[in-house]
Amino acid sequence: MNSLQNYLLLSSLLFSIGLAGALIRRNAILVLIGIELMLNSANLNLIAFWRFGPNPAALTGVMFTIFSISIAAAEAAVGLGIILAAYRHSRTTDLDQMNSLKG
Amino acid sequence: MNAIFLILAIVTVLGTAAAMCLRNAVHCVLALTLGFTGIAALYLQLSAQFVGFTQIMVYVGAVAILAVFAIMMTHQPEPAKPPTFSNFWVWGSIVAAAVFSVLAWAIHHSSVTRQPPTTQVDINVQQIGVALMHHFVLPLEIMGLLLTAALIGAVVIAMDRKEETK
Amino acid sequence: MTWIVKNLWLIPALPILAAGIAALLKKRSRILSAALAIGSMAVSFLLSLCAFAHVLANHSADQVQTFNFGWFQFGNEWLQLGWVLDPLTAVMLVMVSFVGLLIFIYSTGYMEHDENFTRFFCFLALFAGAMLGVIIANSLLLLYMCWEIVGLTSYLLIGFWYHRPAAAAAAKKAFITTRIGDLAFLLGMVWLYNKTGTLLFYDNGAGCLEHSALIHLVAQTTLFGLTLSTAIGILIFCGAAGKSGQVPLHVWLPDAMEGPTPVSALIHAATMVAAGVFLIARIYPLMSAQVGAALSPTIALQVVTWVGAITALFGATVAVAQFDIKRILAYSTVSQLGYMMIGLGVGGVSVGMFHLITHAFFKALLFLGAGSVIHGCSGEQDIRRMGSMRKFMPITFAAYSAGMLALCGFPFFFSGFWSKDAILHAAHNWSISQAPYYMGAIGALLTAFYMTRQMYYVFAGSTHRADTSTDTAHHDPHESPAVMTVPLVILATCAVVLGFLGTPAWPWFQSFLEGTHATFTLAAFKEAGIVPVMFCSSLLVVLGLGLGWWFYGRTPIASANEPDNLGKLQPQIYSTLNHAYFVDAIYDATLIRLNTFWSKLCDWLDRWVWNGAVQTVSYVVLSLAWLDHFVDSYIVNAGFDEGCEGVSHGGYLLSLLQGGRVQGYMRVIGCALIALTLFLLWGAK
Repeated sequence: MNSLQNYLLLSSLLFSIGLAGALIRRNAILVLIGIELMLNSANLNLIAFWRFGPNPAALTGVMFTIFSISIAAAEAAVGLGIILAAYRHSRTTDLDQMNSLKG
Repeated sequence: MNAIFLILAIVTVLGTAAAMCLRNAVHCVLALTLGFTGIAALYLQLSAQFVGFTQIMVYVGAVAILAVFAIMMTHQPEPAKPPTFSNFWVWGSIVAAAVFSVLAWAIHHSSVTRQPPTTQVDINVQQIGVALMHHFVLPLEIMGLLLTAALIGAVVIAMDRKEETK
Repeated sequence: MTWIVKNLWLIPALPILAAGIAALLKKRSRILSAALAIGSMAVSFLLSLCAFAHVLANHSADQVQTFNFGWFQFGNEWLQLGWVLDPLTAVMLVMVSFVGLLIFIYSTGYMEHDENFTRFFCFLALFAGAMLGVIIANSLLLLYMCWEIVGLTSYLLIGFWYHRPAAAAAAKKAFITTRIGDLAFLLGMVWLYNKTGTLLFYDNGAGCLEHSALIHLVAQTTLFGLTLSTAIGILIFCGAAGKSGQVPLHVWLPDAMEGPTPVSALIHAATMVAAGVFLIARIYPLMSAQVGAALSPTIALQVVTWVGAITALFGATVAVAQFDIKRILAYSTVSQLGYMMIGLGVGGVSVGMFHLITHAFFKALLFLGAGSVIHGCSGEQDIRRMGSMRKFMPITFAAYSAGMLALCGFPFFFSGFWSKDAILHAAHNWSISQAPYYMGAIGALLTAFYMTRQMYYVFAGSTHRADTSTDTAHHDPHESPAVMTVPLVILATCAVVLGFLGTPAWPWFQSFLEGTHATFTLAAFKEAGIVPVMFCSSLLVVLGLGLGWWFYGRTPIASANEPDNLGKLQPQIYSTLNHAYFVDAIYDATLIRLNTFWSKLCDWLDRWVWNGAVQTVSYVVLSLAWLDHFVDSYIVNAGFDEGCEGVSHGGYLLSLLQGGRVQGYMRVIGCALIALTLFLLWGAK
């Protein structure tokens, strides 16, 4: 049988991969994808804890996950909209070149 | 360790890793789609069928497509192709590796997480619907509001303003 | 309380009010100013006549009517003022207002060509009001206040043509000299108040001239064994001496001739200089108060007599050697004031006052006549440059002659004879000494002599010795207009008529003042010593006239540059007399020099000591301010600037954290996540 530990390890691995992608990639959209991945790993975590938890019949984990997915979708839409507006302003999606807030 | 879990895990990890490493952005999104599908399968294995199908519908069916749309709209002409990784990719990877190691160590160290699942779970959509309408009705309504706001906001932000002279 | 006594204050108040209104008028409101002055004076004259009639009707021994009121209160005491109506007041009021009115009318003609006509009448009205105030005052304090105003107006009028340095200096001299006398007056007044507790003269028995106060004052003695009443009397006499030009405070009177002639007539002949004599007459009860029966005159009255005698002789001798027409009359006034003081000292109030009244009329007449002559000669005042004026100015000549004879004391027909004779008679009967009588007699001789001299120089002769060298547009002298000659005629009439009010046969004046009844008795002439004295004085007058003719009348005076006939005999003595015994020069060398030294010392003190202290304080403040500035700009500013620099630099350093790159911030968040997890893990252990 699978233990909780495996699922948690997997989700943390996915989280790190997503984080690496967000930190490493140049393209703004791909950074956003990394963030989506991080959210997904969190959802996996939630379901795993729900499944292996004391009271699965309360459906708490499932509900939480459903809401998380909705929010993630909304956030992806808004984020991509922002990227489009930024692209229209600076003609590039390269994050290294978007440093006008430099102090 | 279940074999199905292992296969699904490997697929997911490979897919997401590819999404983070490929040069072409569209290839990245396609690999990401594979990863999302793997996660959906994992949900199914964890008896969260509704969530799994929701995952496919929303993430694979909407978010990935949205990302493809965005990539197409911000497409650069061929000669001006920027490098894949940012200038500080070393620091980023170090941070990510550190995060993983810390989390893994924390998980490994914990004693709660070693036992197998105890109960048999059998949920259906009706239960989810009832729960949504009874216990979780407030988050549901707020979610609706949030989605509306996000929709309008995204449209406003991304709208082309060239014809406005003000 | 009758109407006139209650409203006696109107008499001085109206001219003062006229002066106040005239002070606000513009220079071109000449007619209005003159009308105000003359009108107010006329009303005052009518009121004075009412007062006189009232006193005449209520003629009795005890006839002092007063009206007193409290001025202000300090502590438990009230400072009281008031006015009094008694025969002395009544007779002075009539004289001052009548003579004043005539002189005002005269001035409209004399000052016609002067551009400061308006100011002149304002000052004249103010003077008249103040003089009338002196007369009616029942309080020594009120008298002193009006006395000072009189002195002020005298200053203003002497220096009327203030742009002439001589006039300005003369005004200053007059004021300062009289002020010296007034200082003693003030001391006496304060002393009197201290000892009696009141300054009112008559206050239903509580006044300082009334019986209870005098008993109190006579009882105590002070320095040199003098009684208090004598000491206070002498102090107040000093004030009178200053105002009436007694020696040694006479020096201002001749210089006061710098003022216009109406001023000389009004102030320095008839009224203001008479104020001193009036003051002594007013406080006569104080001066004559003594313990027990009157055995011999009090020391105060002796002082008055001696000073008067010296002054009478002094003035007469100096007048002999003067060449300015007004100066002769000025010294003559000094001399006559001496006579009045002799009269007060030896004979009492009525003797002195009679001469004051008659003198006022004929001296004013003489001054106005001199003014007429000066006006006719277009401003010439030196008698050597006049001559044969009787041909050009007959009316003036006639009036002037009347005045001159009155002054000399020509027997029987002229008032001066009766009044001067009363004085000489009383001096002859003086128990202390006969010296005042002899001094007065010699003075009478000299008076006749110098007046004759003046008449011959000015009016006699056949040629007018005008100075043609400087006066290119020379025209013959002319008679003055009617507005000037009519007052002369009126005064001349009075100079003759008034004498008959005081003859020994019918001593109406004396009895009026003393409150007794007079009857016409020719037998009074037979009283001891009257006829011999009259005979002697008549002889002296004729002798004086004769000497005058001998020196100046036998041969006409040919030219203006010829030395004086008397001066040819004794040039040294004559020159001394001409310079008035060099009194001015002596004063200049001693007192004036002392004063100048003292004022220079004070100036030095002010400049170096007080000024130095002030400068030191200011330098201390300035150095404190400099120190403050130094601290502020170098320490505070520098510190503040350094602080701001530090904050700025800190901000700059912090801003380096802002890379502007999103992924950098995310790295930081990742590190924060690691840190948090580790913390929770270690915490959980």
